[in-house]
Amino acid sequence: MAGTDFRFVGRKRRVREDRRFVTGRGRFAADLSLPGTLHIAMVSSPYACAEIKGIDVRAALALPGVRAVLTGDELSGHINPLLSGLDLPAVKRLPLAHGRARYAGEWVCAVVAETRAVAEDAAELVAVDYAPLDYVIDPEKALRPDAPLVHPEHGSNVFFNRKWVWGDVEGDFAKAANTLAFRVRWSRCSTVPIETFAVTASWDPGREVLDVWASIQMPKFPEQIARALRLPVNGINVHFDVDVGGSYGLKRGIRQTVIVAYLSRTLRTPVRFIEDRLENMSGGEIHGPDRIFDMAVAFDDDGVMSSLRIKATDDCGCYPGRAPLQLGKPVSAIVGPYRIGSAEYEATSVSTNKTSQEAVRGFGQAPTNFAIEATVDKVARAVGLSRAEVRRRNLIRADEFPWRIPSGSEYDSGDYHAVLDKVMASAGWESMVSRRDALRAEGRLAGIGLSTCLEPSGGNSSFEPLFNLKNDTTTWMESCLIKIDMLGGVTAMIGTSSSGQGHETLVATVIGEELQRDPDTIRAIHSDSLSALPSNSPVGSRMAIMLGGAAGGAARRIKQRVLEIAAHNFQLPIDRLIYDGGDVHVDGDAGRVLTWAQLVDIAHRKYHDMPLGAEPGLQASFTWEVPTGGALPAADGTVQMYPCYAFEAHVPLIAIDPETGQVEILAYHIGHDCGTVINPDIVRGMTLGGIAHGIGAALYEKFDYDENGQHLSGSFMDYLLPTSNEIPDVTMVKHYTPSPLTPLGQKGAGESGYLGAPAAIAGAVNDALRPLGLEITTLPMRVRDIEALLASHRASGGKF
Amino acid sequence: MSEHRVTLTVNGNEMSGTAEARLTLVDFLRDVLGLTGTHIGCEHGVCGACSVIMDGKPVRACLTFAVIADGAAITTVEGLEGADGEMSPLQDAFCETHALQCGYCTPGMLIAAHALLAENPDPSSAQIRDAIGGNLCRCTGYVQIVEAIALAAEKLRGA
Repeated sequence: MAGTDFRFVGRKRRVREDRRFVTGRGRFAADLSLPGTLHIAMVSSPYACAEIKGIDVRAALALPGVRAVLTGDELSGHINPLLSGLDLPAVKRLPLAHGRARYAGEWVCAVVAETRAVAEDAAELVAVDYAPLDYVIDPEKALRPDAPLVHPEHGSNVFFNRKWVWGDVEGDFAKAANTLAFRVRWSRCSTVPIETFAVTASWDPGREVLDVWASIQMPKFPEQIARALRLPVNGINVHFDVDVGGSYGLKRGIRQTVIVAYLSRTLRTPVRFIEDRLENMSGGEIHGPDRIFDMAVAFDDDGVMSSLRIKATDDCGCYPGRAPLQLGKPVSAIVGPYRIGSAEYEATSVSTNKTSQEAVRGFGQAPTNFAIEATVDKVARAVGLSRAEVRRRNLIRADEFPWRIPSGSEYDSGDYHAVLDKVMASAGWESMVSRRDALRAEGRLAGIGLSTCLEPSGGNSSFEPLFNLKNDTTTWMESCLIKIDMLGGVTAMIGTSSSGQGHETLVATVIGEELQRDPDTIRAIHSDSLSALPSNSPVGSRMAIMLGGAAGGAARRIKQRVLEIAAHNFQLPIDRLIYDGGDVHVDGDAGRVLTWAQLVDIAHRKYHDMPLGAEPGLQASFTWEVPTGGALPAADGTVQMYPCYAFEAHVPLIAIDPETGQVEILAYHIGHDCGTVINPDIVRGMTLGGIAHGIGAALYEKFDYDENGQHLSGSFMDYLLPTSNEIPDVTMVKHYTPSPLTPLGQKGAGESGYLGAPAAIAGAVNDALRPLGLEITTLPMRVRDIEALLASHRASGGKF
Repeated sequence: MSEHRVTLTVNGNEMSGTAEARLTLVDFLRDVLGLTGTHIGCEHGVCGACSVIMDGKPVRACLTFAVIADGAAITTVEGLEGADGEMSPLQDAFCETHALQCGYCTPGMLIAAHALLAENPDPSSAQIRDAIGGNLCRCTGYVQIVEAIALAAEKLRGA
């Protein structure tokens, strides 16, 4: 593998974070208990849409232990609306509904009390006078001219619509021997961490600082708090050393934080809010993409695809936030891993009376990959070739990188055919087909899935200017500061929080590799926001690349300074010296050595032995721009969006019980290439966990609303998360194609598994249904959906 | 709301505090006794993050009132380490296979696994999956957790 030359990178090493969690010593936001803390419970709107005519808080305030009831009227008078990803000045997103509640579950009041239990009691005593209004739940109905408007001030339910055409799509379709068009649907689901959002804010009037402890994963969180509360950013201190109990993109509780921060400033005491599960699922704004894909593809009789049309209509829910930008990331891989020469993409973000979408693992790429893979499967059927063969004919070849796709991104590297071959060998494709056919002969429905998908990684911001012309952000930097203490200890500072990605291990491993020092001796800490260097948080599968890159860059600066000190003391040029594990000796004379301890001592104490004018001490920082970043999109929307492209190929074998519709996954193989792996256990865990998320999205998870706009999935008994009984053992085969854009050759892996599993499972279910002439085009393919389809087939005399 | 004195033997130590009748065992452990290792995920008995061992059996501490637990012996994640402060073979195995990421479900997983291994020193993979079937994990996809429990069982049998 790429990595055999490394001392620590790519080796089996324990993940340093694990110890504190297995001994019960994690420090999560809810574990903090400051004296005098007050607690919040939310009053939620029961209507899909309603005018708030009045709020009577007298009975609630009369309950002993209740300290305040915060309404949207009061709060909106003291804060700025929250940041939107789009240019929609008339759509104001506020932490509490103001004047109008726009979805069932939207928070209308925050009740503050000495305990959470009393706050819940009092919440039931708040009397809100609602006048129900017309609402719209179906996104396609929301697009009709007569639809009720979610935001009448905006004048439309369309948050965003744009169509891009890259290349001669019309000509390619006209020329093609074959075309086909169809619709698939990805339903509203999410990654749903087991920890809900939790936050404590404490205003210190003496220091004039607002301290925030939150289970947060969000770029520019302190800045967003400051803007909303009209405070200077240097008056906000977010404690990034809080352990976050899972996020996968979701933990963006800016509304929650603004509420507790406002209350702490007003009440002069710490205030905390820990969502309960219902608050989290119905009002916490944690739902993910909810998308209709109208697909069309042009291809020849050999199954070679020339052009792709994608029309994605996404039900954003009530407020835009960053959610509509999830239509943007797929531009970075709009033709998947295929040599498709032209593409058209129409992206529409529609507002409905549902809770708002938030960023979810993959940022819109997993649904798009599902739609692209469904397309490839259909092409295979149309030309009578195997799904693997059609992929082989269309995949970009290893010698063709870097490869520029029609929408402007250049893929850095890959060997897709090798990974596909590896996973098919791992699965034993031929014997798997025999096994499937044997199951079918026994009367079961059985199917094999195949997906070959990309993970755009490195978390750039290029979709922001693409979706909002007023936003000219072109950097999405990440930083690391390393200091060497007087006794030679190495401490590295991370400027963001972590939610299970193992950033401390990542940073220690990369720095250990560069400095040739044992990573176990290197401490990595999370700075608080007042002392942190710029970070854009762990989004977009970026931290191995960006934080790893920043840590490596800072370490190289340390190494350079150590060499300069040694060169000065040996009175030799640096190129005559050998850096060896922190010690420096003269090339060809190992006896002439200055040890790490001696060099550090010189830096910290002996300025007389330092090079003339050198900075005393031994510390360095490095802030890295995303490789290939820095440019605004061209007028036609083409832009280099993400730097690095990881690849994965999935092969599951499933069986369906013809009576109950129950899907059983009998085998699961994945081939995975994310370049150089820094910690194998972390990458494996990310991938396996991503597959589990993908199986959930494909078979179980959906946030349902009924025709009255009521949310039906507010508990884990309604929103089904897969357990250890649903998720199979997974065989993972690795391939290593280094990225030429990163110092170690690493690519991202934080979204791996999730980006290909839904497509593969959907393909397997449809392979199982094919002998019956049946197909399902909507995710999730729940037991009840499959059972109903089979029952209908049986009732109409269909054969099994 | 009536208040009650609740005394528990937690991880071998007698501990007591005052609880409203409606206070759950997990809130009592976390908020009254200050043992925050046990986590809260759903508060309706599905996710298993709040699992503790009560009188030898794993229970959902979010579905158990503190007053009902009065007098019981409770083991939480804080009680799994050896007296010398060393990690138990089970905890060590979780680190060895990286059977966690964010660590939020981990205490409940460890409790479920601990209870399994106390009853069955040589569980099959299917038995392990069944034993943790009431504990949700969103990070790992369970595979490395199953591996950790099998590894711990092997180490414990060899010890």
